[in-house]
Amino acid sequence: MSEKNFNVIGKGKPRYDGRVKVTGAAKYCGDLKFPNMLYGKMLGSPYAHAKILSIDTSEAMKIPGVKAVITAKDVPSLKYGISPARWDENCLCIEKALFVGDKVAAVACVDEETCYKALKAIKVEYEVLKPVLDYMHADEDDMPQIHEKYAKNINTEIHQEFGDIKKAFAEAHYVRTDTFVGQRCYQCPIEPHSAVCIWQDNKLTVYSSTQSVHYFQHYIAREFELPMGDVRVIAPFVGGGFGGKLEPTGLEFNGAALSRITGRPVKMFYDRQEMFQHNRGRHQGTYKITSGVDKDGKILGCHVDFQTDGGAYTSLGIATAYYAGALLPLTYEIPVYKFDNRRMYTNLPACGAHRGHGAPQPKYAFESHMDNIAKAMGIDPLDIRLRNARRPNTETVNNFKVNSCGMKECLERAGELSDWRKKKKEGLPKGRGIGISTGSFVTGAGYPIYRTDLPHASCMIRVHEDGTSATLYSGTVDIGQGSHTILCQMAAEAMGYRYENMKMVASDTETCPLDFGAYASRQTLMSGSAVKQAGEEIKRQIIDMASTMLNLPPEDLKCELGVISSISRPKVAPITFEEVARRFFVLRGPLIAKGVYTPPRLGGTFKGAPVGTSPAYSFCVQAAEVQIDEETGKIDVERVWDVHDVGQVINPVNLHGQVHGALYMGLGETIWEQVHFDSNGKIVNGNLGGYMIMTALDMPPITSEVLEDSYEIAGPWGAKEVGEGATNPTIGAFRNAIFDAMGVSVNSVPLTYEKVWRALKEKRESENK
Amino acid sequence: MSNMIIDKDGVRRYVVSITVNGDEYTKMVKSNTLLVNFLRDALDLTGTKKGCELGDCGSCTVLLDGKTPINSCLMLAVEADGREFITVEGVASHEKLDHIQEKFIEHGALQCGYCTPGMILSAKALLTRNPKPTEHEVREAIAGNLCRCTGYINIIKAIMDASGQEIPM
Repeated sequence: MSEKNFNVIGKGKPRYDGRVKVTGAAKYCGDLKFPNMLYGKMLGSPYAHAKILSIDTSEAMKIPGVKAVITAKDVPSLKYGISPARWDENCLCIEKALFVGDKVAAVACVDEETCYKALKAIKVEYEVLKPVLDYMHADEDDMPQIHEKYAKNINTEIHQEFGDIKKAFAEAHYVRTDTFVGQRCYQCPIEPHSAVCIWQDNKLTVYSSTQSVHYFQHYIAREFELPMGDVRVIAPFVGGGFGGKLEPTGLEFNGAALSRITGRPVKMFYDRQEMFQHNRGRHQGTYKITSGVDKDGKILGCHVDFQTDGGAYTSLGIATAYYAGALLPLTYEIPVYKFDNRRMYTNLPACGAHRGHGAPQPKYAFESHMDNIAKAMGIDPLDIRLRNARRPNTETVNNFKVNSCGMKECLERAGELSDWRKKKKEGLPKGRGIGISTGSFVTGAGYPIYRTDLPHASCMIRVHEDGTSATLYSGTVDIGQGSHTILCQMAAEAMGYRYENMKMVASDTETCPLDFGAYASRQTLMSGSAVKQAGEEIKRQIIDMASTMLNLPPEDLKCELGVISSISRPKVAPITFEEVARRFFVLRGPLIAKGVYTPPRLGGTFKGAPVGTSPAYSFCVQAAEVQIDEETGKIDVERVWDVHDVGQVINPVNLHGQVHGALYMGLGETIWEQVHFDSNGKIVNGNLGGYMIMTALDMPPITSEVLEDSYEIAGPWGAKEVGEGATNPTIGAFRNAIFDAMGVSVNSVPLTYEKVWRALKEKRESENK
Repeated sequence: MSNMIIDKDGVRRYVVSITVNGDEYTKMVKSNTLLVNFLRDALDLTGTKKGCELGDCGSCTVLLDGKTPINSCLMLAVEADGREFITVEGVASHEKLDHIQEKFIEHGALQCGYCTPGMILSAKALLTRNPKPTEHEVREAIAGNLCRCTGYINIIKAIMDASGQEIPM
């Protein structure tokens, strides 16, 4: 079991970056300025699908202050994307533009205003082609083919079967099929993505609001055929990511090309409308689920059949497509499983990673389906979940090894907190309903984004010469989730030092050892494991030095919060970390240590087996209580309860903040958020007024709890993820609460007031017949 | 009307005097220069953020005449001539953080920090005009400041705590 007497972890230490953020001193990428810097922008296609016949940049070049105008011929023609089989995107479109906003040309000018003038002066002659806008009909014969290589506009096709699904259904007491439909959502970090590219003296430096400096370095070096050592990527403060800032976009590539041509730093940036075009939002999909259960509601087999809208490019979407089905067998023990998915190309902006990567919409469908089964069989929704709940130390049917798993405890605790049994027994007032739903997520992806044998995380710690501070060097990125804080806590815990004396140099490929960065909820476990190793090595060296200073054997010494003392002889005067570190430097030179982490070999051998593998999985349950106004369909949220199995908590303040934020994002997607397109494929609500993200007035009260004694063997001190998992159960919990309140099911998200009202109206009309 | 010159391209440029955090700055601006860009580009006060440039997100909130929160992306620099503003850089005095800033750190009321300057200024304006707001009044006061990380919960807690009242939720 976990050892609970920690000195630094498990405590709500104030954020490492709190002070610079509350004073406005923190510099984000868009705040950076360099001498002689130019401003750059890209020209977007006005058409969803069009052949580029010619581009005339001569008028734009005549405008005073315009320093460069580039088109496809000025940038590498090498295609990029997530995996070699799916490299399908160019820095600038070569023959065709594939969505409204697709990058056609780019400019670098002395100021922002001149950029817009230059963009207007570029003359592009298009041959407008018929666009593919509906992913459910993208494969039909009369639809144009978007990419030459991909027939019927199928980007990715997945067919996995584990066990005999026909047999499972044949033996089932009850078999049911439901279909649910998701929508397109966007991450909408409040900081729009920007990049400053500086190509000087044969070296390219890119400051970018990115979630991963390493992947950007890899992809940018590959695109320009540079050695990775000549590409330096730095993430300054990053104003939120949520998946959208995980892959390089035209900003970095075209900024680099413009800087090479002009010999000057170039700052590229997206405005809010462009964020919707280029930020790679959530895939929308249609999710058909068939399950067979025994007479107690125990699942015997499941067949999920999905079709999703990938947009114009692969982006990170191949992973999304696999995640959509791969993670479903986690919270429930599904013995037989069939997973089909088709990710379609359309002439809409490409979709990629968005908090909960691929999982939240299928999870909504699955959890709604579970309640439909429960209702049809007269089983309480909490009971059907308890009967199917995953147990610890088990393996999913698709070969994910689960160590710690408090699924059952989370369900029971959420039931207690929400007073579930009482409410079910005594009934709720008219219009009131309660719903429950489960979630689980990876604690870091078991395999890297691109094929490589590099370790997933590494770091160094250097103790200052006089021991009064220690610096952690790590390629991790704090996008707001608080990773700097918890990594410094972990370093201090492992070193026997104090959090308050920790410093951090991070998110810079030149000064920090490699780390894959902030995605797949990986940094706590993976980067944390490397940090723990480095910290323990510092402590070993400190104790070794102290041993000679005190003339005591090392095994008799302990080092806690910067004080080294004898375990057996309490009367021996303790000495400080500072004294020992200084002595160490005088005699032995810099006190440094390194840490490295590579996950164990994980998962099965079937096609797509790596996606969804992880050293550890978080589990959580959410319950939601709603009040529905029958006249208007208005949904009032009374309260939401979240119970999480995150293993050992490193920082409770950060942790609950992550739950609040994930739940907030999930709730937004549940009721409000959706991007709409006009009949030509143009976004009509590409701004934060039209795309309804929740304000402080819309946020319901939340109760957030963790399982106190959870311990994950694969994680440092037993820790696992929280950042994305809490997005997974939310939509299902609300759909089920509305279902409970009204007895009607809304089978598509967002569950808008209008849809609820229409469902109620249909119910009344059918009852009156 | 402020002094104006017409440059060789026929563009009018105006001399404006704007007081920010107690210091008066006299600069030449174009008629279309936004206050947010004046603060960020001419004065290098980049604590005032840009998130949408449409008045939707509130990241560029500054206090007009020391008390009224406004979106600085919706005001022209020429309109700001002769007025006084407080930006996030003017909230702390010397090395001492404002009480609200301290409470934001204590409650984990910030994550990525991009909305934080605007959020703090809206909170500051609220507590200046209404030292004991209700929870609903706090929510109303920051409803024009979008945050994508925190779900607002810890922000509301921090502001209620800064007002010396019981922490809700």
